[in-house]
Amino acid sequence: MTDNIQRRFTTLDNFGHSVNASSYHFKPIHVDEIKQIFLLAKKLGLSVTARGAGRSYNDASLNGGGISLNTTEMNRVIKWDADTGLITAEAGVTLEQIWKKAEPDGWWPPVVSGTMKTTLGGCLSTNIHGKNNFQMGPIGEHVVEFTAILPTSAEITCSPKKNADLFYAMISGIGMLGIFTSVTLQMKRIYSGLLAVDAHPVPNLSGQLSSLLEDAPRYDYIVGWMDTTAKGASLGRGQIHAARYLHENEDMNPNETMKLANQILPSTLFGVFPKAWLPYFMKPFVNNFGAWGVNTAKYIASLRTHSFRQPHGAFHFLLDYIPGWELSFGKGGLIQYQSFVPKETAQSAWREIIRLSQKRGLPSYLGVTKRHRPDKFLLTYAVDGFSLALDFKVTQSNRAKLSAMLQEFDKIIVQAGGRFYFAKNSETTSQTALNFYGQETVEKFKRLKKRCDPNHLLESDLYRRIFGV
Amino acid sequence: MTNTTLNPATPLNPRKHGIIVGAVGGIGSALSMKLAREGYTLALLGRNKKALQSLCAEINKSIGETRAKAYEHDVLKYDSIPALLRTITKDLGGLDLFVFAPGAIYFPKMDEFNFAEDSKMIQVNTISAIAWLSEVAPLFQSMKGGQIVGISSVAGDRGRVGNPGYNASKAAFTSYLESLRNRLTRHGVNVITVKPGFVKTKMIAHVQKTPFAVTPEKVADVISMAIRKRKQTVYVADIWQWVMLVIRHIPSFIFRRLSF
Repeated sequence: MTDNIQRRFTTLDNFGHSVNASSYHFKPIHVDEIKQIFLLAKKLGLSVTARGAGRSYNDASLNGGGISLNTTEMNRVIKWDADTGLITAEAGVTLEQIWKKAEPDGWWPPVVSGTMKTTLGGCLSTNIHGKNNFQMGPIGEHVVEFTAILPTSAEITCSPKKNADLFYAMISGIGMLGIFTSVTLQMKRIYSGLLAVDAHPVPNLSGQLSSLLEDAPRYDYIVGWMDTTAKGASLGRGQIHAARYLHENEDMNPNETMKLANQILPSTLFGVFPKAWLPYFMKPFVNNFGAWGVNTAKYIASLRTHSFRQPHGAFHFLLDYIPGWELSFGKGGLIQYQSFVPKETAQSAWREIIRLSQKRGLPSYLGVTKRHRPDKFLLTYAVDGFSLALDFKVTQSNRAKLSAMLQEFDKIIVQAGGRFYFAKNSETTSQTALNFYGQETVEKFKRLKKRCDPNHLLESDLYRRIFGV
Repeated sequence: MTNTTLNPATPLNPRKHGIIVGAVGGIGSALSMKLAREGYTLALLGRNKKALQSLCAEINKSIGETRAKAYEHDVLKYDSIPALLRTITKDLGGLDLFVFAPGAIYFPKMDEFNFAEDSKMIQVNTISAIAWLSEVAPLFQSMKGGQIVGISSVAGDRGRVGNPGYNASKAAFTSYLESLRNRLTRHGVNVITVKPGFVKTKMIAHVQKTPFAVTPEKVADVISMAIRKRKQTVYVADIWQWVMLVIRHIPSFIFRRLSF
């Protein structure tokens, strides 16, 4: 394995195609190989970062000049119990594999990301959330047990009771304490393949946030779309989609709706147009003027309040609806800026940052809001409040301006008691991270890191950036 | 070596990473400054630790952030190269550009044959370049990208009476670079052969006649342009292209009788 390590040098990028890094690429198929990789790293003085599907928008799975340990070949579902809803799978298994296994038996993953391509290892490392964060918390709250390999080659098992400190730190720990090898997850019972969805427009930011706050308790999922180009009194306008599971007997024919064929996303639009072509057709609209047009048109289309039933897959996996959509952002790719702000300060903080983006001529092209509640994982991003995710196109000419603006955003958000999520933000500095995590949390994490990884073998570009190594 | 950390790349602060072997010399230091100003993060290699560190300090001060890091290195220590390359690639966070600039020269008298000096020139100018490129080439081939810049010389275009050892060392280097180009272009790697004529550095300080001499800064400008445009062979100054075209075509029966 040590021979010709140069021949493994590979350039990898992120979900937004906005940054890349070259690493020595390893694809282990067995736990023992992970141990060998750690030994090799130690011998050669290199660092290691695990990489799953590479679906984070930042540098979480990148390790420039180091070793990239790709987990996607370790992708076996080890055990599925359709009676209890417990699934045990290797860390390279994707949410897509999980839901396709469980859904026909009447179970759905308790928490899913906006794309189903993410791996369990990646989901746990960043502790992903879904549109039900206010109800179900992050994915970590549904992990019954996991096994991992520490850089010392020690194999450990963690649960909320066993090795609890590591359980709450490795989940959310951006992959810097150990490599997940298997995960046991409690799935959620469903009685239909469909969700009942209600959609209604909201005229401004205050309407958007109060709808998220007040409607959430009555639903299982809630998500807001924000027209980030609207100004003045309409700033923050958009549409709320709230959904709930169907109870037993609400769906007359659950066996039919739960069939996989009725969940899988179609590969064509209107039955004929191949979706793989769409990013090329979208490209001309991915600029300031096009984004204004598309957002405005979408808002007008959303004015109708209506209710409908939708398959789980279609409701959750919007990011998979148009494969390769991120390519429409062009050569510089895109970044996402997601802030989590307490409900008391969210409105003023976001009003400020959206206005700033419009004033600078750097509007976001897509805004998405969600409702959240706190959790007890060590590197938590959650607050009792809301999150706003903003997509920005990166170009050669806007980089410097965008960079300066996001540093201003960070100040506003931290001032408002906000936090950031490290599957997303790519520009957060170590000072900002220290400011919102607090000294105590950072030191606690570093103590655990020293315990699990005394030789500092696990390091990613993200870790170096936010912990200032 | 120095206690400076280089900032990792982010989408809004992307970085290109380069290694310059022989950074302290006239061309090397001018090129280091030029590329750092263009946004490169650089590993600067040379034997003279003090000079390297002051060059890094000058670059970092001029740009306002840490862009250059010094690595003490003797190109004749071939065995140290693989580990050093790994360390540098790790410190930089990647590698996009490799520049080989060291050059040794000895000016023999017309009737002098000096194996010791010839051998040294060939070791520094050719063998050490091959030692480095044997490590860098597979790295770039595997990552399907990157650019290699070799600073050869117009002296490699023809074997002349004045300096057989130097001519041979540069001819071999030029030829090696050409082979590398033919091997690597198909893998997305660009190889640039730079052929300066006389450059106003201490290497030629005592040489009496230096036609078409250029400053190291001019060479740096040309190399930077060649990198941007992914050129293959560049002469500095342009005039050398025509001069060498003529010289290359001088028939041997005349060339044997010439005194340059």
